[in-house]
Amino acid sequence: MSAPKPYGLMAEFVNTSSVIHAAEQVRDAGFRKWDVFTPFPIHGMDKAMGLKNSKVGWFSFLGGVTGYTSGMLMIWWMNAVDYKIVVGGKPMFSPFGAFPPSYELTILLGAFGAIGGMLFLNRLPRLHHPLLKNKRFGGCTHDKFFIVIETTDPKYSESETRKLLEAAGSKHIEMVEE
Amino acid sequence: MSATAPDLKVPMPPPELERIPLVQNNRSFGWITDRVVAVTEGKAPLWWWAAFIPSATLMSILGAMLLYQISTGVGVWGNHHPTMWGWDIINFVWWIGIGHAGTLISAILFLLRQRWRTAVNRAAEAMTIFAVMCAGIFPAMHVGRVWYDWFLFPIPTANALWPQFRSPLMWDVFAVSTYFTVSVLFWYVGLVPDLAIMRDRAKTKIRQFLYGLFALGWTGSNRHWSNYEKAYLILAGLSTPLVLSVHSIVSLDFAVSQLPGWHTTIFPPYFVAGAVFSGFGMVLTLLIPLRTMCKLEDIITMRHIDVMCKVTLATGCIVSYAYVMEFVIAWYSGAAMERFHFMNRALGPMWWGWVMMMSCNMLVPQLFWFKKVRHNLIFVWILSILVNIGMWFERFVIVVVGLYREFLPSNWGYFKPTWVDIMTYLGTFGLFFTMFLLFMRFLPMIAISEVKGVTPQSDPHHPLAGGNGNGGKH
Repeated sequence: MSAPKPYGLMAEFVNTSSVIHAAEQVRDAGFRKWDVFTPFPIHGMDKAMGLKNSKVGWFSFLGGVTGYTSGMLMIWWMNAVDYKIVVGGKPMFSPFGAFPPSYELTILLGAFGAIGGMLFLNRLPRLHHPLLKNKRFGGCTHDKFFIVIETTDPKYSESETRKLLEAAGSKHIEMVEE
Repeated sequence: MSATAPDLKVPMPPPELERIPLVQNNRSFGWITDRVVAVTEGKAPLWWWAAFIPSATLMSILGAMLLYQISTGVGVWGNHHPTMWGWDIINFVWWIGIGHAGTLISAILFLLRQRWRTAVNRAAEAMTIFAVMCAGIFPAMHVGRVWYDWFLFPIPTANALWPQFRSPLMWDVFAVSTYFTVSVLFWYVGLVPDLAIMRDRAKTKIRQFLYGLFALGWTGSNRHWSNYEKAYLILAGLSTPLVLSVHSIVSLDFAVSQLPGWHTTIFPPYFVAGAVFSGFGMVLTLLIPLRTMCKLEDIITMRHIDVMCKVTLATGCIVSYAYVMEFVIAWYSGAAMERFHFMNRALGPMWWGWVMMMSCNMLVPQLFWFKKVRHNLIFVWILSILVNIGMWFERFVIVVVGLYREFLPSNWGYFKPTWVDIMTYLGTFGLFFTMFLLFMRFLPMIAISEVKGVTPQSDPHHPLAGGNGNGGKH
């Protein structure tokens, strides 16, 4: 077995204020392959990291449109084309009668889109991650905050990056292996 | 280092305007994890077994009753001409109504930025899912030949027949199955970060494996949180019209018919308000004992109980308005049958159903106007049970009283439930409580990461988080 490859430099922070300020500094230093890990979403962190608005909405919108049109088409085809049954003299197809099931399908497929889109954009499920092997990183779901800068980032240099994170206020910095 | 604390310059609100904190006693992030997860760790306490064994017994009685009903036929229930719908539909509407509070808390209160919801939403959503499971049993069973239930879905078969989409019963199939699916997904998405907490704390291999599997490899990455929060917001936005539509469509099962007492336009909003009313009753019934048993008083605080009592009061008033308005419209319409139905509702042989409904749903919640009542846990708990009894009788009045005196007096009848009706209904409580007790033993019953997000130290500007306390400027 070869020696484990380094994955990235992990810096621990103890409160939300220090981690958000550190994130702003990492962002301004121009890093690309880095991330902040927190036990809960911190308000303002997207801006501090320079992230754009999430694209999940588009997936959900597509799901919703698919749901509504397929509902309407399905009901029209089933009750007005493929097998006509007269019920109480009502029209074979009416958008009003077909609306409730189509509406429910809009919501159902919209929800599938939102969740599927979220998982796809996050590349989840992922059952292995270098950070999840790290003992100290377990604190991330408890009460600690982390910034990880990957070694593959073009701006990465072991000593300089470590200095940056130290200056940003981290009391514990360690190298995480692949 | 100076001997005095640094001058933080936090503008303090006057004491009478100060908000009661959502998490009491300034608990830390770590304390919240430890306290909530403690419910699932270690040996199950004695009270848990004392609740679980009777629940599981009742659940097996439900199984026996359903088996008996399937093997013998719907005749084992009290349904007969003219009351072709009986306890089956009452119980269906009652259970599905209870579910509505969970979705209201998780979706509508999220959109309204009611941050107190975080303490109760997980348990309330679990309640929704289990209540819809109990509800689903009844329509599936009442068709008689359960093995043909798949006819309800538009599946291509050799019969070349399709469901008839002009019927509100068909709309109901879509509404309820969508409601169940979306509720489960919403609940699960909310659970993912908390499952990661469970994974990171797991001591045994099997817990590590299972929580790890269902946590989907969640790391708490902010790039993930960004998409996650958007998806959560969209799910809340989709669940809001969903929950309003579900009980509206359930009410259309009645309102689209031509029967006096059923054929009214007030039904959809009235049913939705009633559903939320009964659901909050059930949330209070469940959470008041649980917060004490699981020592969660700092997370589910008196403020939470107080707010939920107020929601119960508000929805109770909407329902009361609908009860009165039904009578007014019956009188105003001048329709003889409509007038007869409402006279019969209040003064006919089943007057006691109406009296139960009016006293439990109209009078009982009025007590919530008083702060003394809202802060007396035992009193609130008893009132919350009365609310659920009242809401059961509301459906009894609509279903049975709506049917047993129909247009031709020669068709009049009376309704009596059989022992199978009663045991099946009690059995659904077994299913509900068994599921709920298993849920609280194996999953975090409080949304841990959401509760952490509403503590003062989660705000980077707050002095407790190391911020300088002057809002937007760093």
